[in-house]
Amino acid sequence: MSKTMLEVRSLTTKYVTRFHEDVYAVDHVSLKIEQGKSLGIAGESGCGKSTLALSLMGYYFAPLHYMSGDIIIDGKNISGMNPDDVRKSVLGTEIAYIPQAAMNALNPTRKIYKFIEDVILAHDPKANKKEIREMAEERFKLLGLPLEALDKHAVELSGGMKQRVVIAISTILKPKVLIADEPSSALDVTSQKMVIKMLRDMMDSGFIQAMIFITHELPLLYNVTDDIMVMYAGQIVERGTAKQMVFDPVHPYSKGLMNSILVPEEGTRDVKLTAIPGTPPNLKRPPAGCRFAERCPYAQPQCHYNQMPMIDFEDNRMYRCSMTVEELRETYRREAESKEA
Amino acid sequence: MKNTIKQVFHSPKFVVGFVIIMAILLLTIIYPIFNPGDPLQSLFKGSDRGSFTPPGTYVSLYDAVTSFRANLDNNSDAYAARASVEISDDDWVLMVNWFTGMDIDISGLDRTDTDAVLKLWKENYSDSAKPKGMTKSARNSAKRLNESLSSLGSEPTLSVTSADESKKVKDINATDYVPVNRVASVVRLPLGTDTFGRDVLKELVSAIGTSLMIGLVAGVIATFIGLMLGLLSGYIGGFVDDLIMFVTNIFTVIPSFILLILINYSIGQEARGAMVVAVVIGLTSWTWTTRSVRSQVISLRNRDHVNLSKLSGHSLFRIIMTDILPYIMSYVVMAFILQISSAILSEAQLSLLGLGPSTTKTATLGLMMNWAMLYSAHLAGSWWAYFPVIGVIALISFSLNLMNTGLDQVFNPTLRD
Amino acid sequence: MAIDTKTLRRDYSKAPSCLKGVGVTRYFTTGKITTKAVDHVDFDFHEGELVSIVGESGSGKTTLSKMLLGLLKETDGKIYFQGKERDISSRAKKKEYWSGIQAIFQDPFSSFNTFNKIDTVLLDCINMRGGRNLSKEKKFEMMTEACSFVNLKFAELTNKYPFELSGGQMQRLMIARIFLLKPKILLADEPTSMIDACSRATILDMLLQLRDEIGMTVIFITHDIGLAYYISDSIYIMEHGKFVESGSADDVILNPKAPYTKRLISDVPKIHEAWDLSTVG
Repeated sequence: MSKTMLEVRSLTTKYVTRFHEDVYAVDHVSLKIEQGKSLGIAGESGCGKSTLALSLMGYYFAPLHYMSGDIIIDGKNISGMNPDDVRKSVLGTEIAYIPQAAMNALNPTRKIYKFIEDVILAHDPKANKKEIREMAEERFKLLGLPLEALDKHAVELSGGMKQRVVIAISTILKPKVLIADEPSSALDVTSQKMVIKMLRDMMDSGFIQAMIFITHELPLLYNVTDDIMVMYAGQIVERGTAKQMVFDPVHPYSKGLMNSILVPEEGTRDVKLTAIPGTPPNLKRPPAGCRFAERCPYAQPQCHYNQMPMIDFEDNRMYRCSMTVEELRETYRREAESKEA
Repeated sequence: MKNTIKQVFHSPKFVVGFVIIMAILLLTIIYPIFNPGDPLQSLFKGSDRGSFTPPGTYVSLYDAVTSFRANLDNNSDAYAARASVEISDDDWVLMVNWFTGMDIDISGLDRTDTDAVLKLWKENYSDSAKPKGMTKSARNSAKRLNESLSSLGSEPTLSVTSADESKKVKDINATDYVPVNRVASVVRLPLGTDTFGRDVLKELVSAIGTSLMIGLVAGVIATFIGLMLGLLSGYIGGFVDDLIMFVTNIFTVIPSFILLILINYSIGQEARGAMVVAVVIGLTSWTWTTRSVRSQVISLRNRDHVNLSKLSGHSLFRIIMTDILPYIMSYVVMAFILQISSAILSEAQLSLLGLGPSTTKTATLGLMMNWAMLYSAHLAGSWWAYFPVIGVIALISFSLNLMNTGLDQVFNPTLRD
Repeated sequence: MAIDTKTLRRDYSKAPSCLKGVGVTRYFTTGKITTKAVDHVDFDFHEGELVSIVGESGSGKTTLSKMLLGLLKETDGKIYFQGKERDISSRAKKKEYWSGIQAIFQDPFSSFNTFNKIDTVLLDCINMRGGRNLSKEKKFEMMTEACSFVNLKFAELTNKYPFELSGGQMQRLMIARIFLLKPKILLADEPTSMIDACSRATILDMLLQLRDEIGMTVIFITHDIGLAYYISDSIYIMEHGKFVESGSADDVILNPKAPYTKRLISDVPKIHEAWDLSTVG
């Protein structure tokens, strides 16, 4: 059994809107990542996956507020710390966060190595600038990035290069956990592949010891992470290995999500694409029972008012539904048969 | 639309600005009703000009002499008050010089204690004394001061006679008082008069009205031109855009104020009425509206709903009116408010240079400043002739800008708190 | 809600040409720099066919689509509409052309004029089809029918403003608009890229249904090669303003010939085949 790098217990955070309404975008989320593993989080827009990424940093600023729960990075609980301490001793060293538009965060008037200097000096004000430069060059070489990029301005780099440079900068202090929120969604497929390769290399060479990768693109997630977690309306609805989740989803929502995958491969044209009707619930007033009940084709009357707990089954798998795994699998099998007929 | 207006009136900044500007507007409408008459009518007679009359309530001296009076013998304050009016600042300096020249200790002396001052003076003054450090002319001044002060204690009864001294009208004692409300003729001048003897308050109210009118006319013209050119240039693009932007850039690089001065100068003194100046201001200040409307239209032009409207076969006019204009309307309203404010300021600046409306029939805020400056109100210490005008100009532009900030916060959600 | 694509797939290469282009070109000039957004492309879209134009951002596919729609003048080349050279020199002729070709755009949120009620959009379509003088009841009936085609209830939508709807609902309303207009050609510019994967199938399904109902040609513009493969009969791959490969969907995707197509396909993450990360440039 390897070491647990990141453990989250029942984390709840909320947004407060301009009209002082509470939006519970992350509701009692628990997860665990072991050393050397990566976890993918999938879900539609508005399901709270980006909020979860922000919340995991332990650094809260309005309109995001911490409510309850623990975030434990490598045995250290950061959820109760005050924001200044989190900024000084957690961000960058323990945990790093890459948002979707990270590449636009580079100040266009500064050269790339200046950002690296900033990051290191912020954590160690006495650092020698020459050593920083050497370290930056070494890191760029390791990550396969061109050294010239260090002396360039952000505008001189392509989108994919910018994104990779940002990842290099934010992991310069070798954080234990990396949270990547749609790091490649704004890029073309070739640059996306480069970013993904770099992230995988960083995982393999132990630069980062655990990674959370958030995206709505399931084929990508399938190829990047070891485990996949599906999020719906602020809650985790299912977790399993990438293979299990794509080919054998249990929760009706995961099933619907996996059925919407489109890849340019032989045979995919003949599979029937299915849709989940309806829209996700309004998180200002989440439904009393199962959050998916309104859109679920198998919902029973009690689903609408009974809260569903997370249920463990098999090894490292869990789901959130009133039906048993066997019932669900049987239903799916019968549906597939009737379709073929 | 209704929703937007409701939102706008929920913005405290907008509401405060709106209330101020409405209060000013109401004042210009209501005040003339209670105080009718030509605001530029001089209170002076004929050629009697050249003095700023301080603010105050003026009772007719003639009526005061002839009206009912009471003898309030025991009012000892009257003497002190009269004496304190008698000892001016210059006199006090003279007295202090005298005392110190004579080596008299005045450390405990309080100027406001008129009794003590006069007592000390009477004890020590003599015509023959020669205090140290005082010139002969200063000694002469002291002598004159002494004469006027010595008459203070023993006020004689004044006699008022008819002009030919054939008939005695009344004796007036130092202890005679007249009830103000029994004096037949009283003139109230809350802000005094200007050098032409015109009631400044009345003039000011009428000037606010004219200046707001100038602002409105100039604002409408500038916004209209700016909007039309911006729409055409942004939507049609190509050669039309190049041409309009060429003209706009020329107008932008030449400071509009210099343009204003030149145009106003060349129009000539005779033709320059208030509305002519308003039109000229409007014609020179549309450039920024054009530029920003153009850039907004360009970004809107590529929006899908405009493309869709084109595909639905709508005419250019209809697309501009229904698909472009509503989107920039909030911006145009804001630009309009700023145009009003800057037009009022432009008029004031121009008038201060003597290039504003040249007319003696109406007053504007700028003209009032100009008149006050021409007759050196600031040197004479006649603050009432220009200070209220400055205050009103500041208040108008403050409230308009406040409204604008409020609107900005409503229309631009990123600025909301 | 399932699309049976097998039955829809037919060979359209024998069908009459609907929209044809020869050497269609568009240059953009800013100062001294000339960008070739679309560079001498030839194409032939057949009646009833679903054609995808696949390209990454900056490949010129949006410029091409604007030229096809007649919103942008071509620098060079000729476009033939139903066998005849397209003439959109006057407003009346443009209007006539637009009764034959219509579009659905990428961003449903910017496709609507926020200041107009939803009814306005649909009424415009009825007016455009010459229904200006129909009775109120008849118009209402037509709008209700169009909305029910896309699973929306017009009675609930009438007098609402676009911002009161969700993105998916808005995009469905756009399809309802096409249902009312019944054009010969529909140009769909990334109609599902702003919509969640789960709702995507609904929109695609409606598009396909609509195609069968009124027998129109659909030109589908997308960057998602998986989506293009799934939905289309034939595919044009676009790179730097040029078509590098075209043919039936199966030919292009399963046996790509052009190096660009090969790279594009290999760079897309897959599920059944291994995704080879070592081939990165």
